[in-house]
Amino acid sequence: MVTNYQLKRVDFIFRNENDYEDVLSKTIARKPQELINELISSELKGRGGAGFPTGLKWKLSSESKADEKYVICNADEGEPGTFKDREILSKVPFKVLTAMAVCGHVIGAKRGFIYLRGEYKYLKPELEKAISEFAYYCKEIKFDFSIHIFMGSGAYICGEETALFESMEGKRGEPRNKPPYPTNSGYMNKPTVINNVETLAHTFTIFKYGAKRFYDLGVQYSRGSKLFSVSGDTPKPGIYELELGMSLADFVDEFGDGDTKAVQVGGASGFLVPRKKFDVTAIGYQGKLTGISLPTGGSMMLFNSSRSMYNVLDNYLEFFREESCGQCTPCRVGCQQLIKGIKAVKRGEKNAKYLDKLLRLTETMQLTAKCGLGQSVANSFSSIVENFREEMIY
Amino acid sequence: MNLVTDLIKDLANQHGRSRENLLPILQGVVEQEKYLSEFSMIEIARELDLPASEVYGTATFYSFLEHKKMGTYIIRVCKTITCSMKGKNQILLAIEDMLKIHLGETTGDGRFSLLETNCLGWCHKAPAMLINDDVYTELTPERIREILSDYMKK
Ligand SMILES: Cc1cc2nc3c(=O)[nH]c(=O)nc-3n(C[C@H](O)[C@H](O)[C@H](O)COP(=O)(O)O)c2cc1C
Ligand code: SF4
Repeated sequence: MVTNYQLKRVDFIFRNENDYEDVLSKTIARKPQELINELISSELKGRGGAGFPTGLKWKLSSESKADEKYVICNADEGEPGTFKDREILSKVPFKVLTAMAVCGHVIGAKRGFIYLRGEYKYLKPELEKAISEFAYYCKEIKFDFSIHIFMGSGAYICGEETALFESMEGKRGEPRNKPPYPTNSGYMNKPTVINNVETLAHTFTIFKYGAKRFYDLGVQYSRGSKLFSVSGDTPKPGIYELELGMSLADFVDEFGDGDTKAVQVGGASGFLVPRKKFDVTAIGYQGKLTGISLPTGGSMMLFNSSRSMYNVLDNYLEFFREESCGQCTPCRVGCQQLIKGIKAVKRGEKNAKYLDKLLRLTETMQLTAKCGLGQSVANSFSSIVENFREEMIY
Repeated sequence: MNLVTDLIKDLANQHGRSRENLLPILQGVVEQEKYLSEFSMIEIARELDLPASEVYGTATFYSFLEHKKMGTYIIRVCKTITCSMKGKNQILLAIEDMLKIHLGETTGDGRFSLLETNCLGWCHKAPAMLINDDVYTELTPERIREILSDYMKK
């Protein structure tokens, strides 16, 4: 049981702080090595979903030798049920810009890009205004760092870091093989730090208040706070900053409608948790607590007993089928076959045992697909089919 | 001179003629023309000195770079799970009823096209849609009638 971790609201990200000039000039006056150590000791992990330690990412890029390096802010936010990055960019853009510039100072990059999804084009004018104000300040303090917006055009896969580089290079957004990793060879095959919008905003907090303020929040392996995008069957949908490590039971107490049957943690590529597992599931990164610990980009979708889990799974699979870049066979054909398969079972053309065959197919996809998209289809598929098998059949 | 050809030249002058300038140029053409015709793609290829197949391959990868003729106002209704749960189908029906077209079609006067799209990032205010670059949330059939009447007067 993980009931001793209560739900704690925090207010760092959206706190109004009109002092980015001050934070920027004070921070870039410090040595890169010192800033890297500060980040590492905060134990901040990437908020885009994968949870890679941010300090280590910056350190690796700073150690790569190259004539040019880049800082990229990943604002592709395409995971179903996530909408926090949009809010950060519209409410506190200067925190993100400052963090990008500090990253430039740390790794030795002079240029930064914000990859903004096409669906958020309405954010562009305000963001451009912020960027030019920021550029003016950088010039004033003689700090050489420029930021540009690169627009996406409606492709979820371009949120995957190497697909994003391909897209920025004017190509189809098809993920690359890894290694090499972006810290060695990213955009234009140059060392690149790519971070989620929220990750960058947290580094602002860390550089302003010190690593300890951040580290003191959360639990072991999952330090700090995180924005959660709450939607579905809830009386209070919206964006909330919470301490990491809470149990899902406490989350549902706060956000459920009294009839919550399941929660999808981490969007379509995350996991569905049924009611009976709420109190043994914690929200954070792997490696602690007694129960199951689920990382998340912050998407929390609640479903009450009026919802058919078959429809939910069908919707996710359609999403993956459309958004698969089609480059590798396990994912391209796998997604199509999964949809066909669950439909056939539902119509009674295949018996229930066929679901086990489909589960094995998702295992194969997890092992053989080239990128996180194809690999993570198994997450929602197995967690829905295993917990709501009857709903798949009848 | 053809208008699209001029537009493509302007865009290339503005963004540059390297491969990494391709997407902004494609986006610029779509912003004006609403879609990429075969002619535009060939012209872009010529301007950037790329094989036309590369331009076509890139353009057709992205769901917002249409390559079929589209209306002046492209309506994209979110069909991802939360919007689906919160009444996306009634929204579609209301739009179809008002514009007298089905999903995937363009009105006879070439003003409106109706499409579905994946998560718009407004799940907490579902259902949501885009009309060109503008977002509309917490939709109801009545809101749809108000919004579309305004567009029809434009
Ligand atoms: C299919 C797929 C889609 C992704 N979409 C996003 C996204 O929209 N935004 C994001 O920040 N990271 C996304 N990621 C994760 C990125 O590849 C990358 O890990 C992240 O930008 C790193 O930043 P972070 O360490 O700050 O989280 C996606 C990954 C995959 C596999
Ligand atoms: S797993 Fe899917 S999205 Fe990823 S590279 Fe393969 S086909 Fe493309």
